[in-house]
Amino acid sequence: MANFEEGGEMTLAKTGNEAMAYAMKQCNPDVVAAYPITPSTEIVQIFSSFVADGLVDTEYIPVESEHSAMSACIGAAAAGARAMTATASQGLALMHEMLFIAAGLRLPIVMCVASRSLSSPLNIHCDHSDSVASRDSGWIQIFCESSQEGYDSVIQAVKIAESCYLPVIVAIDGFILSHCMERIETLDDVDIKSFIGKLKPNYTLLDIKNPITVSPACLTDSYFEHKRAEAQGMNDALPKIEKVISEYAQKFGRNYPVIEEYRTDGADVVILAMGSTVGTAKIVVDELRAKGKKVGVVKLRIFRPLIAQKMIDTFKKFKVVGVLDRVESMSSYISPLATEVRSALYTLSPKPIVPSYVYGLGGREITQDDIASVFDELLQIKDTGKTKEEVSYVGVR
Amino acid sequence: MAKLKSWKELPCGAILTDTKAVLDNKTGAWRGFRPVWNKEKCINCLTCWIYCPDAAIILTDGKHQGINYDYCKGCGICAEVCPKKVQAITMEKEEK
Repeated sequence: MANFEEGGEMTLAKTGNEAMAYAMKQCNPDVVAAYPITPSTEIVQIFSSFVADGLVDTEYIPVESEHSAMSACIGAAAAGARAMTATASQGLALMHEMLFIAAGLRLPIVMCVASRSLSSPLNIHCDHSDSVASRDSGWIQIFCESSQEGYDSVIQAVKIAESCYLPVIVAIDGFILSHCMERIETLDDVDIKSFIGKLKPNYTLLDIKNPITVSPACLTDSYFEHKRAEAQGMNDALPKIEKVISEYAQKFGRNYPVIEEYRTDGADVVILAMGSTVGTAKIVVDELRAKGKKVGVVKLRIFRPLIAQKMIDTFKKFKVVGVLDRVESMSSYISPLATEVRSALYTLSPKPIVPSYVYGLGGREITQDDIASVFDELLQIKDTGKTKEEVSYVGVR
Repeated sequence: MAKLKSWKELPCGAILTDTKAVLDNKTGAWRGFRPVWNKEKCINCLTCWIYCPDAAIILTDGKHQGINYDYCKGCGICAEVCPKKVQAITMEKEEK
């Protein structure tokens, strides 16, 4: 940790949690309300050592639960402060009611999530069930393929949240990214400060000359209109997100599109995935391409908003889009991301076949062989034109 | 009655900037029991004023004047916290 104090542009070997904590440090939030949960604990724990060492100006509030962590962030943000926190799994689930409040109040809170499965049974390892279960809360959600992307995404998230006036989740795969060491390139404090600028809050509780009521009761005559306005905030988010991504790429040289294609030229079939599995799939694509198979992988980075038009523009080129979902949402139908992709592609004619695959629950490994098998199946589906209506489970006994 | 606004005309995040608007809602109508204040017994300790969640205890120059029945919801906290030796506030059933 000592070398973080040097600051400036560095190339370091750091875990995802370390990288996220450092990104938070460089953003120097006004308030961090923290509660520990595996595998996100280190983010707020490492950040607390920055606080103790006087490296940030942050007011650090160790609270009694994740629900309180989000409540404290909401209070702080409503007072015009830049507020951040980090959690995972049950912690994110515990703060569930407050997530809707943060979004309804249009507060630009940034939260790191180290994606972890939801109980029961109790499992501390990676899947996407925690964030996906909160997809209706009104938060923007960014899923990172690498810890480098996690670092960059925290910084981008501050600017995204503050241009959309919506809270943002930055998700890194629990343990896979959060605890594994990766080569990280950091930016200079000064450059980050100039990129994120100063928060211009919509309103503040601290302005006693202009007192306000925050989250008043809204009866049947006005609630609907307020929610319609909030929906518009999410509708307007995509261009603002892309603007931040493009500014970041211009200034700092790293570009993370909202949806990204890897070797999809002339591909008949592609896999769609989020998070670290995209990286594994890219390696499989390289191997299969070397054997002459026309396959590619698409990475979805922005899960909320649901970028339907981008999906249409991307997927209309392919005959089969195999969706790899690291969550089972117990709908008794296909997996969540597959449901959303099919819905987005509804108006396309002809439309690709969209088989649904659930994998990796509770940290179950997905291997290169697993992904190669999925590609084989997708190629078969392409040849037979046979639609797969039910969900397939990859890697379960 | 004010014209109802469209969703585009509402403040972001449903923030209320009209500080007087809350006064239009006379929550006193919700009462089932009402506090009755005895001026003679009252020692002006202001404990009831500190605890009242609706700011329904009326003070003038730091002196207890009575209860604002427009907004008092009859929760009974004032009667509960009034010192036991004083008992200047008692709860009575609200007559309809």
